[in-house]
Amino acid sequence: MPLNSKIPAGPLESKWKTYKSTCKLVNPANKRQLEIIVIGTGLAGASAAASLGEMGYKVKAFCFQDSPRRAHSIAAQGGINAAKNYQNDGDSTYRLFYDTVKGGDYRAREGNVYRLAEVSASIIDQCVAQGVPFAREYGGLLSNRSFGGTQVQRTFYAAGQTGQQLLIGAYQALERQVSLGNVEMYSRHEMMEVVKIDGVARGIIARNLVTGELERHFGHAVLLCSGGYGNVFYLSTNAMGSNVSAAWKAHKQGAFFGNPCFTQIHPTCIPVSGDHQSKLTLMSESLRNDGRIWVPKQKGDNRKATDIPEEERDYYLERRYPAFGNLVPRDVASRAAKERCDEGYGVGASKMAVYLDFAAAIMRYGKIEANKQGQHNADAAAVRTLGEAVVKEKYGNLFEMYEKITGEDPYKVPMRIYPAVHYTMGGLWVDYELMTTVPGLYALGEANFSDHGANRLGASALMQGLADGYFVIPYTMGNNLADDIRTKAIPTDHAAFVAAEKEVSDRINKLMSIKGKTSVEAFHKKLGKIMWEKCGMARNAKGLTEAIAEIQALKKEFWSDVRIPGDINEFNPELDKAGRVADFIELGELMCKDALNRNESCGGHFREEYQTPDGEAMRQDDLYSYVAAWEYKGESQEELHKEELIFDVVHPSQRSYK
Amino acid sequence: MEHNTMNLTLKVWRQKNNKAKGGFETFNVKNISSEMSFLEMFDVLNEQLVAENKEPVAFDHDCREGICGACSMYINGRAHGPWHHNTTCQLHMREYKDGDTIVVEPWRADSFPVIKDLVVDRSAFDRIIQAGGYISVNTGNAVDANSLPIDKQKADESFAAATCIGCGACVAACPNTSAMLFVSAKVSHLALLPQGEPERQLRAVKMVEQMDTEGFGSCTNIGACEAECPKGISLENIARLNREYISAIMDGDSTGA
Amino acid sequence: MALTGLFLILFLVVHCYVNAQIFWNDGGKQFNEAAHFMGTNVVIRITEIGLFAFLILHIVQGLMLWAKNRSRRSVKYAVTPGNKVSPWYSRSMALLGTLILLFLIVHLSQFWAPNRFSQTTGNGELDLYARMKETFSMPWVVVVYLLGCFALAWHLVHGFYSAFQTMGLAKHRYKKMIKGIGIAFAIIVPIIFALMPISFSLGCLN
Repeated sequence: MPLNSKIPAGPLESKWKTYKSTCKLVNPANKRQLEIIVIGTGLAGASAAASLGEMGYKVKAFCFQDSPRRAHSIAAQGGINAAKNYQNDGDSTYRLFYDTVKGGDYRAREGNVYRLAEVSASIIDQCVAQGVPFAREYGGLLSNRSFGGTQVQRTFYAAGQTGQQLLIGAYQALERQVSLGNVEMYSRHEMMEVVKIDGVARGIIARNLVTGELERHFGHAVLLCSGGYGNVFYLSTNAMGSNVSAAWKAHKQGAFFGNPCFTQIHPTCIPVSGDHQSKLTLMSESLRNDGRIWVPKQKGDNRKATDIPEEERDYYLERRYPAFGNLVPRDVASRAAKERCDEGYGVGASKMAVYLDFAAAIMRYGKIEANKQGQHNADAAAVRTLGEAVVKEKYGNLFEMYEKITGEDPYKVPMRIYPAVHYTMGGLWVDYELMTTVPGLYALGEANFSDHGANRLGASALMQGLADGYFVIPYTMGNNLADDIRTKAIPTDHAAFVAAEKEVSDRINKLMSIKGKTSVEAFHKKLGKIMWEKCGMARNAKGLTEAIAEIQALKKEFWSDVRIPGDINEFNPELDKAGRVADFIELGELMCKDALNRNESCGGHFREEYQTPDGEAMRQDDLYSYVAAWEYKGESQEELHKEELIFDVVHPSQRSYK
Repeated sequence: MEHNTMNLTLKVWRQKNNKAKGGFETFNVKNISSEMSFLEMFDVLNEQLVAENKEPVAFDHDCREGICGACSMYINGRAHGPWHHNTTCQLHMREYKDGDTIVVEPWRADSFPVIKDLVVDRSAFDRIIQAGGYISVNTGNAVDANSLPIDKQKADESFAAATCIGCGACVAACPNTSAMLFVSAKVSHLALLPQGEPERQLRAVKMVEQMDTEGFGSCTNIGACEAECPKGISLENIARLNREYISAIMDGDSTGA
Repeated sequence: MALTGLFLILFLVVHCYVNAQIFWNDGGKQFNEAAHFMGTNVVIRITEIGLFAFLILHIVQGLMLWAKNRSRRSVKYAVTPGNKVSPWYSRSMALLGTLILLFLIVHLSQFWAPNRFSQTTGNGELDLYARMKETFSMPWVVVVYLLGCFALAWHLVHGFYSAFQTMGLAKHRYKKMIKGIGIAFAIIVPIIFALMPISFSLGCLN
């Protein structure tokens, strides 16, 4: 089956405009007859459900959390990009588009990315109208900051809680539609299966997580807004409940999985402190604007950071990348940290960490502040106090969080940081209309693969989630549903629903009947270890081949030895987790296959065999300038389809930050 | 950071479901590292229970970085435990020492019925938001974001109110099980912005009505909510809600009241 | 609660002012004049009816509020935070109020009721100063009055600020001021009241 991305013809700048003015529409009376199911209530899901509800569709929204407001979009710290050019620094739709394609290491679709940049400005307008309290200047206008090493200030933010504020905005819009009766909300419900009738997605089987009951829900279309799958690594910055199950079920029903191996490892996270670690916490990328990253020059140096003199420190990013220094993109910074630790220069008890040091910034800000106050002869202690106050104002909440978790005072001793899995650029393959290869089944936000290529730029995830939900799906949905207005709601006693429910129920029964000895958590940890070691920041053919075998063995072990206490028909978090881990195991195998297939290094995907002599990533544009879309063909059987990436406007070049 | 290990006694509320009668069960956990978070200590307990083929303790949690508002434990008499401005997931075990006994209960309020063990149903909060905790603007209606400058101080105050994570600690800590801090945070967030102006009065009235319908107790200005709020939402928001509510009632026309 | 409470606070001011006339130590001359005015003026007498209505409303509302709020947590916590997150008096308004009510019953039965009874039965006003002197010569009465003042003080520490908060007036700018005035009021007024039985029992007033 050739993949048709359905990118509209015409020049880049007019593709979306043309699409919007020529797509089919559904009249209001018909919209009321059309039912849409939305899975997940993060930025993409909540904004889509709210917008579709406002338009008059009958929407059912599902989330596994106790409230739609808890979706993990809420944890995003830094900000949201938009090509507003409010700072008059030369930003434009084209520049945002260009930065995103380049940052993604030329593995994203031009058409999609341009549309993303184009609607970005409307997102800010919409959010402000909803009452999202973005940071403002004294004049009352919106404030911006630069982020992730871009040359313009296009990031809108609300302190270090931008994701929370945007999600609350979308959540409120969603709850408004609930109160108006346009959206029915199902909290503590998990999607267990996509129901297809005549090849079209027509509903889902959901499980009420409180009672354990299975429910059948019909929809003319199904939207998956279920987020990313970083938890396949066990340890990640994702929430504990973040999972791939909805997307994986869709994959097994025929939705291709795009670029599964593209994982973003964020360079500045609080390092693992022991085997008990259940998740990793991100320290916003903005810290790299002021912090200096270093390790001791001597291997296995056990002195305290403050006892190591300046000349015995290796500021390795500044050394290797003099042009960008500590501000190199995420993938580059992460790999460099790993390289130093692997060589034995790591710090802290685990030796798997590097220092992020604010001492220089504190003194620099302190001096500026002292001069401002006319204290030209201030001693070091006074300068330090003044500097600490400035740093506190900029990063206070992050420093506080660091101290809560580690018990160390980052004003006095350098932070210890290490890279951690953060975001997955891969996801369900979708066309320009966000439809997967299953008609009627869509994927939005992090759940799809479309806009970030092989590496996502900071502050772009929020932008994409909201772009898909507020501004893309309302149009593309209509274009497809216009042909469906004669389709009456299909009763859920249809054979397809009955069969799907039985399959789900059989699977649950099977899980419960194993009654083995090993906990779900233990399997998840094992999977995470394999993935992190062999399909993590650096990958090679040998490791990936081993990983595939190990994961297959783990899968067998799981299905013969997992122990799930409790019953089916009750609130049973262990059972919920078991279903998710079972899917992660299968996904892990596919990720390794994809990583093995891609014989190049690009963005977050670093194959050790493909690097320049000085250790930088080396793309193979002639061979791998395509989206790897995998089709499920049965257990451990996946067929690769390729969607060639055509760059009409931006011409791929080797990224250099030296 | 120096760390140590400890053995602890946990007295945890167990309740099979909403209809069953609950009670405390005592557990011993060993070799808990001072570097663990409180929930990681519960992970250890649950792994131990699974190994013994017993049912693990159910508790709500998700982001484990203090922002989603899912975690909700009442620890030794304190909502989210003893640390100031803190959620359960961010409480770390260095707070405790070897041999300590820790009593863990669910949020207790009739408006937050127990689902299982430490998990409660907080959907009442969603229904309060449904009653009016929004600005009625459809997608696509918006004007340019900078067409309406907003006094920075008001924007900052609005933001401070908007940082509420909806965890319910205010209700759990309040001797009256009042939800005023939660409601007032939302009313303040929106009332302080010009965008929230058109629905300002109706919003306050409707949300308060819904709060009463849900069966939360009445505010008597005790202040335990503010003291236990992980995000430091101020009691001044309650004063503002009272002002909004009183002015809406006095100005009956626009509320239809 | 706030409206009736604020009215009762106003009453306390008047009551305190009138009773403080005893401290002229003039054998009750000024005090009895004031008491006479309060006991016979038509406006005051009508207001008195309002006062009782508000007092009863305050009591009934308060007890209903207490009962309602208590009923909203059917399963109580096994461990409570004590005074770590809120002051005891804020949580004990119903208890303090009940103590004040008990005190009021004693207090009204000693002064207000006999006086009004005497007035309505045509025997004229009583010499309230003399009555005070006599009543406060009994040590148990002094103890009851001191307890009453104590309860009143703590009731006011919370109640004064709380009333403004409920009316929505405790804005950032005024919050500290209102709290300060409330505490000052809660100290000064009950102390003045407390000094009355103390002064009589110590024989400072003749």
